[in-house]
Formats: sequence, C-alpha cells, structure tokens
Amino acid sequence: MQRFDAIVIGGGLVGSAIAYGLARAGLRPALIDEGDVAFRASRGNFGLVWVQSKGLGAPHYQRWTRLSSEEWPALAAELAERTGISVGHERPGGVHLCLSEAEFAERQARMEQMRQEAGNFGFEYRMLGADELRGMLPGLGPAVVGASWTRYDGHANSLYLLHALHKGFVARGGTYIPNRTVDYAAAQPNDFRLGSGAAEISAPKIVLAAGLGNAKLAPLFGLSAPVRPQRGQILVTERAGRMFEMPTTTVRQTIEGGIMIGDSMEDVGFDTSQRPDVMAAMAERAVKSFPWLAELQVVRAWAALRVMPPDGTPIYDESEKFAGAFTANCHSGVTLAGAHANAFAPMVAAGALAPDMVPFSAKRFDVPQAA
Amino acid sequence: MTPDRVDLAIIGAGPAGMAAAALAAELGLDTVLIDEQDSPGGQIYRGIERAPENTPLGADYLAGKSLAASLRASGAAYLPATTIWHIDPDGTLSLISAGASRTLRAHRILIATGAIERPVPIPGWTLPGVMTAGAAQIMLKTADLVPAGRAVLAGQGPLLWLVAAQLIRAGAPPAAILETTPHRNYHAAARLLPATLWPGRRALRKGLALIREVRRAGIPIRREVRGLRAIGRATGDKSVERVVWDGGEIAADLLLLHEGVIPNTQISLALGLDHRWDAAQLCWRPAVDEWGATGVPTIAIAGDGGGIAGAAAASLSGRLAALDAAAFLDKLDPAERDRRARPLRAALKRQLAIRPFLDALYRPAPAVLVPADDIVACRCEEVTVAQIRRAARLGAQGPNQAKAFTRCGMGPCQGRICGPIVSAVMAETLGKPIAEIGAYRPRAPYKPITLGALAGLGAE
Amino acid sequence: MFRKRPDSAAPTVPVSVEGRDIRVPAGASAAAAMLLAGFAAIRETGVTGTPRGPYCLVGVCFDCFAEINGIPNRQSCMVRVAPGMAIRRQHGRRAVEVNDA
Repeated sequence: MQRFDAIVIGGGLVGSAIAYGLARAGLRPALIDEGDVAFRASRGNFGLVWVQSKGLGAPHYQRWTRLSSEEWPALAAELAERTGISVGHERPGGVHLCLSEAEFAERQARMEQMRQEAGNFGFEYRMLGADELRGMLPGLGPAVVGASWTRYDGHANSLYLLHALHKGFVARGGTYIPNRTVDYAAAQPNDFRLGSGAAEISAPKIVLAAGLGNAKLAPLFGLSAPVRPQRGQILVTERAGRMFEMPTTTVRQTIEGGIMIGDSMEDVGFDTSQRPDVMAAMAERAVKSFPWLAELQVVRAWAALRVMPPDGTPIYDESEKFAGAFTANCHSGVTLAGAHANAFAPMVAAGALAPDMVPFSAKRFDVPQAA
Repeated sequence: MTPDRVDLAIIGAGPAGMAAAALAAELGLDTVLIDEQDSPGGQIYRGIERAPENTPLGADYLAGKSLAASLRASGAAYLPATTIWHIDPDGTLSLISAGASRTLRAHRILIATGAIERPVPIPGWTLPGVMTAGAAQIMLKTADLVPAGRAVLAGQGPLLWLVAAQLIRAGAPPAAILETTPHRNYHAAARLLPATLWPGRRALRKGLALIREVRRAGIPIRREVRGLRAIGRATGDKSVERVVWDGGEIAADLLLLHEGVIPNTQISLALGLDHRWDAAQLCWRPAVDEWGATGVPTIAIAGDGGGIAGAAAASLSGRLAALDAAAFLDKLDPAERDRRARPLRAALKRQLAIRPFLDALYRPAPAVLVPADDIVACRCEEVTVAQIRRAARLGAQGPNQAKAFTRCGMGPCQGRICGPIVSAVMAETLGKPIAEIGAYRPRAPYKPITLGALAGLGAE
Repeated sequence: MFRKRPDSAAPTVPVSVEGRDIRVPAGASAAAAMLLAGFAAIRETGVTGTPRGPYCLVGVCFDCFAEINGIPNRQSCMVRVAPGMAIRRQHGRRAVEVNDA
C-alpha cells in the first residue's frame, strides 16, 4: 500500500494541471491514468484558450475563464522553464466569424449579454464588419459578414501542454501511475484507498478528474458528476506558410503550420467514429470563410468526446460526506489549465474550495428550475 | 453502378483484387473494383497491361497479364484513379476521384490493399538517393527506367535477388549486393529445410535460379553484412555518396534497401479490426478466418494484406473471398461454395509451403526493428528513436500516446512508415511484447483529400 | 539518378523539370521524371529544411512532394506525366497565394 498526500484520478489536461499545481504546492501527489486506448478528450483537443464564448448566463464561469486566461502566460512560461517544452501559447485576441446577417445579430446579442452579466468585472468586445476583418485575416471569403472579437482569446498546443504538465509534475516529485483502471475504491473522510490490479494506493485527499469516467466514480466519493459525451470532429491540413495571425473559433493555425478546422457538436453517446458528412459540413464552412483553404490537403482528422456537463458550465465540487474528496469536470481543459493549476489546486491543497466556487457545485442540478 | 448498393466493393487492383473481381462478377455479384492507380495490377503487376513480352521483369511478372485481361473481360465495374478516404462498417465508402468526393454503398467490402515494404531505418536512410528495392522495380515497370551510376542493393529477401536479376537483364547491373541475412538465420532455416524441400520445391528452384543468375553476372556480393549505413555528400543536395558497413565500404549513387514486405494494415487498423502480432513474420496481421472474413460481417480481407504469402497465393485468396461473398449474399449455396473452394485451398496450401522457410531465413536482424537512438523513426515529422524512447519513459504506453507527445505519426504518411518502428522501440523501452504495445489507430482520411473536395465543391 | 533502359522503346512525353525541357517515358510518374532529370533531392522538408528524395515510389512514404503545374505538395509518385507538365521542387512548407479583393 503506497501512501501519498493526494491522489488525482485522470491524467488528461484537467487531472494533470491539478496534479502539477498540487506538486508545486509541496504535496506528494499520485496521478493515476488509463492506458494507450482510452477516450482521452485531451488528445482530441482543438487548442483554443478561449474566453469570448464562455459563461453566457453564468457570470461565475465567465470570471473563472477570464482568470484562467490571465494565469495562462505565467503557467506557460513556468512550464517552458522547468520542462524545456514550449506549449506555443499566443494571445493575439480571437474572432468568431459570422456568415450571415442573422448570425451577426445573434452573436452581437450574445456578446452584449456577456458584457451586462460581467457587471463591474467588465467584458470588452467589438463587433467587426467585413472590411475591418479583411485587414486582419488574409483571403477572407465574401460570405463572411463580420465577427465578434475580444482581446482575451488565444491558443496553444494542447498536446505539448499535456506533455509539459506531465513532465513538470514528475520533475516536482509527483508519481505517475499509468495503464490503470480503478478496480475498487474505499472512501472515509480524509482517507481514500484505491485498488488497481495488485496495486493499492491511499491518500487523505483525492481529486476526481477522470473526464467521462467521473460520472461512475463520483458517487463512490459522495460526489455527483453528471457529465455526458459530446462528440467533436477536427480536420488538420498539411503544413502551410504562416497565414493567420489570430485564431477563430473554428479555424486556427498551429505553430508547425497545419491548419485546424473544428467545432462540430454531435450527441451520439460514446461513439468516436468519424462521419464524412459532418467532416464535409466543417470543410464547407471553413472554405466559405477562407476560399483559399479549398486547395489544402487534409492530412489527418479525428473524432473525440468532450466531457459535457448538463448546462455546459464546469462542475467543481467537494464532498460533504467524505471531506477531502474533490472533483473537476469541464470541456475546456486547455482554456482552464491556468485556473486548474494556479487556483483550483491550491484550494485542494488548503483542504477546501473557496466560497465563490459554490455556483459550480453539482447541487445546482438539484434545484428545480424556476418556471 | 446506379443501384442503391452494389453487392461487392473491392479495394485494390492487385492479384487478390483482380481475381476476386473477375470471379465475383462471374458468380453474378454486382461488383466494383476501386484502385488508386490509373491501370490495374497493384504494385506487383504495376504497368502489366503495357508490358512487352520480352520484358526484363520476367515470366512471373508477365503472369499478371491474364489476371488483368480477366478483369477487363468480366462484368465487374472498375474505378481506377480513385482513392478511398473513409469506410463505414455499414458499407458506405467515401471516394475521391478527379478532385471530387462521392460515396458508394456496398453490401460487402473486400480489402485487397496488399503489402508494403518493411521500413529499413539504417543511419542515413532519409538521404536523397536512398530508396527501396521496390522503388527501382516500379521505375522499370512503369517507365522502363534503370539506375544511372552505381546502384547498391542492400538487405535480404527474395525481392532483393529478383530486383538484382531484373536490373541485370535490363542492362543496368547493380554495383554490389550487400546481403544482411544474419548468420543465425541459416541455422533456423536449415532446420526447416527438410520439411520444405518437396512441397516448396518450385519456389526453392526459382530462388536458386535467381541467385545463380546474379552470381553469373559477376556482381560483387557480401554476406552477413552488419552495421549498414548510408553516408551523404557534405554539400549540395546531401545525397548518398557511399555505403559503409562493418568491415567495408563502397561508393554509391543510389542505395536500394529491402528487408521484406509486411501487410498494408492502414485501412484494417482504421476500421478497428482485431489484429494479431505474427511472431514469425514480425508484423501485424488482421484476424481473419479461412475465407478472409473479419469480425465485422461487411468487411473481408484478401491477399497479402491479410498476411504475406505472395502473388499466386493472393489471387487464390481473392477467389476464396469472392466465393464467400457470394455465399454471404445468398447468391451461392454454401455447399457449392465449399466444393469450389477445395481446389483453391489445395493450391493455396502449396503456395504457403515455402513461407516458414523464407520467414526464418530472411528474419530481419533486431536493429531493423529497433534502430539506434539517433536514427529518424518518423520521416514525416523527423522524430528520432531517442524521442520515442523518452516519451515511453515519461509514461506513454503505446504508439498513440507517443504520437501525442512527440508528433510521430502525425505527418502525411499517417504512420505507415514509422508504425512498425515506433511499436518495436516502445516495446523494447517498456520491456513489453509488441503484441501488448499495439499499433497506431489511423483515422480518416485514409489518404489526404483537399478541403475543397471534402466540401463537395466538385472536380478541380 | 536514373536513365532510360538501353533497349527501351517506350514512347515519351515532353515535360519540364525545374524549367528544363525533358522527354520522359509516357508511363513515368512526375517523381520519376525528376529522378530522370538527375535530381536526387526533390524537396526540402517543412520541419527542418532537410533535403529529401522519393523513398518508396508507391504512395506510402509521402517524401516525394513536388510542385506540379503550379500546385504545391503534390504526391509526385502518384501523378503520371502529361505533355507540357511543369514539375518543380518543393521548398519547405507550401506557400499559399491569397487574392484579397
């Protein structure tokens, strides 16, 4: 039986950011992870560090996302220094393209609502017309009517981030336990045991960050994590010379030069198969936005499952029944890495979530909706 | 091909595909044969329709002519210059042809994509002027072109001797042959020789005749070559300048490598079919029954893509798959299927007799599977063996995680070339058998497709 | 790199390789045309700028990227020569031309 200061279940972007933060806070954590074939939302990620679309109707989520975006550059710099891995973070601002007047009006309304809900915290955005956009984005298609823009948005390489967090975690004394599923779990207040195969580990603190696996794990620890899968597909083109100076919600260029196209949302259960018709629709919107994209070859594509809470807003919770058990669930593991490493992990290390995390609790789903 | 669904869609116009198409059409199946080249033959019979009778490529190659003729004469539809980029197990194929994407639906799909050369990751294998032995053969088959300057053949296997003989007949004898067969292979092969002598006699005779032909031409031959490496020019295009090995070296303008062929499993892996690691052939093969059927009823596999057995075996397995497809689609009585299969199985057994001996004799040396640290494993993304090892030590448990950490396998070849190397390197680093490490999981598009074609914008 | 087989009677087709006119056998690929024209390296990689030439010639290795008739990053071993084809080496990542109205 190996004893640790904390156990994090799940070695994806959420789990490894939290584990890294715990190790940095001086704890000796264990990070337990599945094997080479697992759902792994983190491997399917688009790579946006995105603020402008997050938290409509949920100002706490808007603020949490902004906080994470502010923490990001420091986290990226620290990881580069400690692990030698540059995660390629850039924060040039970002746009959401609108391909019709109706889309533009709807987007404007959303942005305005975000601004009002932000209150004193503030949310600055601009709606850009096609002419101004053309100066910012090369070869913009005639179908593009305009876009919403904020300065808070950016992007990074999500795989390098995952690699850097793992490397940084181990460098800080964390123990990585791969290729395991949790066979059994025993929970007592501040005393948690996990068995996997012949191995047993225990710790006074535990964080459930197992993505879609959290739904089944959570009740064992007096928690609730009602997440469901939402499929997203991504296309990546051959490397091209640098074309984009800033990302859009559905088209971004990586440091290596490949252009990523994304953003399908499909409700299909635990199914990671690809759909040619969905890929075609994504390609069509991309080519409408930037006609010159039509010539580029798609060299790889995939489908992955987002970890989606019922209302899209993250679920962060601490167990009342078993003190010391926490959970983190979201579909924005890249964007929220800053908050997870620099805000959430310190809370876990201190033993309790801050009071302003209460709106993120799964208890919100118990409240009947006002008519 | 206007009906809603064809009976049988065959992918690959090599011997397995051509034989399957002709027989399936004869059995009354509505059949379509899809291939990315612009004429039939696959790679082994590439360019066969235009080949002259006195081709330096030899009689075995010419045997492909009748297969191509049968295909043309059959009622099967043939779609050349067409690439498959996605298959749905429900029988829907996504194709691209002349820059336009379209779909085709079939009740049964037969994958007959054959074999590819095993990667040969020696130091300098990425230098310009270093190619596969098969590449030189393709130059002869398609364009009647032969190496200019000093061509060195290095590696082992029947194809090495075949290409050497073909180049000699074509008036361009290689400057040397460096055979890498390790000494211990001879003992292992010798043990199998008694059982192989009679059933494998034709193949053995053919092989010996080729080796004799090459010796008679006076080509310098080195045996048990170790430490093979290609050295490039210091300036200019850095192309290969000489080939060095433990105890020798030779000037070269072209280095042709060969360490056997392995099944092309790109589509079968993408479909998530079960694969087994073949310890004798040191490669992955899809799990298929004696008809080529897989765990997915709509998908079957024929030819070298199911396991290396050669061209003659491939056309036999193609015909078996056609019989099974007909029975599966209720167009052939199962007893009749079995009756017609019997002579094919007997012939197939004869073809397979030589395999254990060849597999033992030409078993690649360990360094072919697990190269040294500084060698490029992933050519597309220029990821070294050392980087793969580091990823494994950092917790990557298999090639798909290694891909996420290092970018290996993310390039346009989609892991076709580096796959075997990455799995073997990770197995050795983690101290686990390759069977446990697994292979890449490729995804669609199986071959690159432009965004325009994908968006359905039509032909360029 | 390569030359015509001594007894070859293959019909030929006029193409240009790096601006130089050359006749290549009708069944040759664009990659073969470049090899016939004497090039061992036909591109530099987009990752490190390292010179590369074709490796497999059967569409598996993707090391044969070349610019064909003005379109970059074509898998040249999979493109058969046609009269008047203009074949050029591929230097690193493909460039994209954009017409901003």
